[in-house]
Amino acid sequence: MSDLGAVTGDGGVRTMAYLLAGVLFIRSLGGLSRQETAARGNLFGILGMGLAVAATLWGWWTTPGHGVGAGLGLLVGAVVVGGAVGAVQAQRVAMTGMPELVAVLHSFVGLAAVLVGISSYLRPHGVLPGQVASTLSLVEIWIGVAVGSITFTGSIVAWAKLRGSLSGKPLLLPARHGLNLVMVAGIVGLAVPFAGARTLAEGMPWLLGMTALSGLLGVHLVMAIGGADMPVVVSLLNSYSGWAAAAAGFMLENDLLIVTGALVGSSGAILSIIMCRAMNRSILNVVFGGFGTGEAKSGGGAGAGAAQGEVQEIKAAELGERLLAAKSVVVVPGYGMAVAQAQGAVKEFCHSLQEAGVSVRYAIHPVAGRLPGHMNVLLAEAGVPYDLVLEMEHINHDFPKTDVVLVIGANDIVNPGALDDPQSPIYGMPVLEVWKAGLTVVLKRGMAAGYAGVENPLFVLPGTKMLFGDAKKSVDALVQSVRAGAEAKKAA
Amino acid sequence: MSIRIGVPGEQARGECRVAATPESVAKLKAAGFDVTVQRGAGQAAGYADAQYEAAGAGLADGAEALWKGSDVVIKVRPPSEAEVAQAREGLVLVSLLQPERNPGLPGALNAAKVTGLALERVPRVTRAQKMDVLSSQANLSGYRAVVEAAAAYQGFFGPQMTAAGATPPAKVLIIGAGVAGLAAVGAAKALGAEVRAFDTRAAAREQVESLGAKFLTVDIEESGDGGGGYGKVMSQAFIDAEMALFRKQGAEVDIVISTALVPGTKAPLLLPKDVVACLKPGSVVVDMAAEQGGNCELTVPGEVVTFQGVKILGYTDLASRMANTASRFFAMNLVHLLNEMGGGAGFKVDLDNDVIRPALVTMGGETLPPPPRKDPSPAAAPKPKPAAPAPQAAAHKPSAPSAKSHAWTTVAAGAGLAALFAWLGKVAPPAFLPHFTVFVLACFVGWQVVWSVTAALHTPLMSVTNAISGIILVGGLLQVGADVDAAGLLGAAAVLFASINVAGGFLVTQRMLKMFRKGPEGGAR
Repeated sequence: MSDLGAVTGDGGVRTMAYLLAGVLFIRSLGGLSRQETAARGNLFGILGMGLAVAATLWGWWTTPGHGVGAGLGLLVGAVVVGGAVGAVQAQRVAMTGMPELVAVLHSFVGLAAVLVGISSYLRPHGVLPGQVASTLSLVEIWIGVAVGSITFTGSIVAWAKLRGSLSGKPLLLPARHGLNLVMVAGIVGLAVPFAGARTLAEGMPWLLGMTALSGLLGVHLVMAIGGADMPVVVSLLNSYSGWAAAAAGFMLENDLLIVTGALVGSSGAILSIIMCRAMNRSILNVVFGGFGTGEAKSGGGAGAGAAQGEVQEIKAAELGERLLAAKSVVVVPGYGMAVAQAQGAVKEFCHSLQEAGVSVRYAIHPVAGRLPGHMNVLLAEAGVPYDLVLEMEHINHDFPKTDVVLVIGANDIVNPGALDDPQSPIYGMPVLEVWKAGLTVVLKRGMAAGYAGVENPLFVLPGTKMLFGDAKKSVDALVQSVRAGAEAKKAA
Repeated sequence: MSIRIGVPGEQARGECRVAATPESVAKLKAAGFDVTVQRGAGQAAGYADAQYEAAGAGLADGAEALWKGSDVVIKVRPPSEAEVAQAREGLVLVSLLQPERNPGLPGALNAAKVTGLALERVPRVTRAQKMDVLSSQANLSGYRAVVEAAAAYQGFFGPQMTAAGATPPAKVLIIGAGVAGLAAVGAAKALGAEVRAFDTRAAAREQVESLGAKFLTVDIEESGDGGGGYGKVMSQAFIDAEMALFRKQGAEVDIVISTALVPGTKAPLLLPKDVVACLKPGSVVVDMAAEQGGNCELTVPGEVVTFQGVKILGYTDLASRMANTASRFFAMNLVHLLNEMGGGAGFKVDLDNDVIRPALVTMGGETLPPPPRKDPSPAAAPKPKPAAPAPQAAAHKPSAPSAKSHAWTTVAAGAGLAALFAWLGKVAPPAFLPHFTVFVLACFVGWQVVWSVTAALHTPLMSVTNAISGIILVGGLLQVGADVDAAGLLGAAAVLFASINVAGGFLVTQRMLKMFRKGPEGGAR
C-alpha cells in the first residue's frame, strides 16, 4: 500500500540511493569547511537531493496502483511550483536580506513537518486505512508536529522582526517563564487524550489543538528575544527545522529524513553555541533572558558613569588625510553597514586606499550582523577578497600595530566595557579591541546605544573620533577625500 | 626628565656584539628614552656612529661618562668589576650577569648600589618570549655552529652525484634539541645533511620531527624535563644507555653538535674521550657548551683541538661571529624589556612584575633572593626562526581550574545518558531502535563535520542546511497516493513548501559562494 519501504526488491535499491544521498549531504556540509571546496560542497548537496527525490519518485511510480493520474499531477505540480518560487526568491533576494530569507525558509520546513505529521496521522504507515496507528507512531507524530509548529511560527516571527515589520525590542509579558511552562505542560498533557482516541475523528481535534498551542509557544518564545540576539535565534530555528525533519523521518520510518534532519539539527545547534560563546552567554540566557531591555541598561550604571567624557568629532576631509598617511587600516563592519547598504561604498573606499598603498583589512566579530557569517557574505558580495577578511581571534592582537580603525555601524562588538567593566551587562563577551589602534574612528548616525542597550565608553576615549551621519554617505565622502588626497600626493 | 640610557662598548675579548642598534635606538627614542652610545661601540657589529646619531642617539667618548651619567646601562656581556666601580649610585644595569660564573659580581654591584637585572634570568614564559635574549642568541649560535662545522668538515653536506663519483649526505647528530639545537637541525637540514637529534625531553620529539629530522631515543623511561625548556641531570642508568647510543651513533655520523645545558651548573659530560674515539677521522664536533665546561671531555674553550683526526671546535663566541644580526635581535629584546618596565615615561623596577622580578639579582645594595620558581610550560619553548614553520604543536590551552568538577559533571551526564538509553532500549518497540541508532550516529557525524566549517561560511552553511532540510519533501511525497484525498493534499502542500526550500536554499548558496573570491585582484567584479 502506501508503505514504500523494504517490501519489494526495489526497496533495497532505494535504501541504497538514500544511503548515498545521506553520504552526499555529509560531504556537502564537509565541503563548506573551506572556501576552496565550498562550491563543490553545494554541488554534492544538490546531487544528494536530486538522487533522493528521484529515488522516491521512482518508488512512487513503481508502486502497484500508482500511475498517471490526479496524484501524480498533484506531485509534479507541487514540485514545479515550489521549485519555481524558491528559484525566483533565491535570485531576487538582496544579500542584506539573507537573514529574512533564511528565517522564512526555516518556517517552510516547520510548516512542511506539520503537514506531513497531520497527513501521516490521517494515513498512517503499516496500518489499514481508517485505523489509528500504534502508540509509538502517535508519539512520533505528536513530537514531529509540535517541533514543526514551533519552528513554523517562531521563524515567521523572526522573519517579521528581521524585516522590521515587528519591533526588534523584546516583548516581555509578565510571568512569561510561567506562561512557557504552562504551554509546554499543555502540549504534553494534550497527548494523553490524543493517544487514547479510538478513531481519527476523535483524535484530530486534539492534534490540531496542540498544533495551535505549539504555534503560540513558538511566537511567544521568539517575541521575547531582542534584535541583537537574532543570530542565535536564527541558528536555533535552523536547528529546530532539522529536528522537525528528523521527527518526520521517525514517523515515516525513513532513515534519510532522520539522517538529514540530524545533520541540520546539529549544524544549527553548533552555530547557536558558537554565537553564544561569542557573546559569553549561555543558550538559556539568550532564549529566556529577555536581554537588551531597559533593566539591563540601569545595570550598567557604574559603567555609564565612568563613560562620561568628551565626544570628539572628525570630518571626512581630515580623516581622509589621516587615512592616506596610515600604513595599515582595519575596517570593522557591523549591522549598521548592512542597514545603510554601504558595503559597496566600503569596498570602493578600501580599494582607493589600497591604490594609495595603504594596507586594508577587515575584522569580523562572530555575532556581527543578524546571521552567522552575514558580514562575510556582504563583503564578498561587494567584491572584497575573502583573504582580507579576518576573524576576531586572528586580528585582535594586530590592533596595537594598526594606525587607523574604522568602525562602520558596529557598537557592542567594539565595547571596551565588555573587558574591563564588571558592571556592564556584556561583561566577559570577547570584543574587537579597536581602541588599541593609533586612531579609532566610529561612523555612526548618532549617539544611540547599541542593540544591547549598553553605553559604549569607546566613543569618549581620547583615541576615538566620531564621524556622524549615514554610513553610506560618510563612506562616499571618504572615498572623495581619499581620492583627492591621493591625486594631490601624486601631483606633488 | 626622561630616562637616560647608556650603551657602552663591550670590553670582553672577542665580543663584537652591541646592546643597541640604530634601529633599536629609534624605537627607544619613540618610547621616550634618551639614548647615548659610546663612540665605536657598534663598529665591530657593523653599525657606524653616524647611523646611531641619525637615529637620534647622543655619542659619548668614553664609557666612564656613560656609567656616571645614565639612569640605565644596557650591555651584552657581564661587566667587569672595574666597569661596575665607575657606576653612579642607583643605576639600573640590564645585561647578561651570570653570577654563577662571576661570583664577585653581585658584591661589586651592591657596593656601587647598582640594580642588576640579569637577562639570562628572564623567565621563559610566553609573555616574555620577545625579551628572551638566550633564545634569540641561541638561535643564531645553533645556525652558526652548523656553518662552522661545515667549514671544518672536508666534504659536502648534501648528497652529490657527479661524473667523477658520488658522495652520500653528511650525517649530523645534534645532541640537545633546545632553541640552539633546533636551529642547528634546521640549518643542517637546509644544507642537505641527514640529521638526527637526541634530547632527554619527550616534548622535543615533535619539534625535531617537524623539522624533518630523526629523533633518537634510548629504551629507558625517564623524562629529562627540568622545566623552562631545559633538561635536568639524569640517572646513571639513563646516562649509560645514552653513552651506548652515542657510541653507536658516533661510528655512523660525520658531524656532532652538542648543545646540552642544565641551568646553573656545569654542562653535562656527554662525549667522553672513548666516545670521541668512536668517531671517524675527519669528523667534526662542535661543542656549543664549551663556555660552561663543555659536553665533550676534550673541548678547550675558544680553541680547535684535533684528537685522532677528529676536530673539536670549542668556540665560545658563535653568536658574536654573527654580531650584526645578533646585535639586532639582542637590541630588540632589550627594547621589549625596557618597554615592559614602563618605557621612557613610566620606567620603574617593579618587584611585582613576574617577568622582571625573577631577573633581578641586586637592588639597593642588597642581593635579592631568587623568587620561588614557577614552572613555565616547556613544550611551548621558543622555536627557532630560520627553520621551516613548525606546527604549533603545543598550542593547547591550559586546563581550566575546575577541571575536576567538570570531569564529574561529564561522568554524571554520561551515566544519565546511558541510563536513558538503557530505558529506551527496554521500553521502545524493536522497530524504533534501528532508526534511533541511525539518528544518534547522524547527530554525531553532523557535530563533527560542522565544527570544521569556517566562520566566514556560516551563512552559506545555513542556506545549505535550509536546502537539505527540504528533504522533508520526501516525506510529503510518501503521503501522496494515487488519488487525491485529504492526506494526499496535505502531503502535496508539504512538497510544495519543501520544494521552495530545496530550490531556494541551493540556488542562493550557489549565488553566495560565487561571490567569495580570493585576492589580490578580487576587486574587479
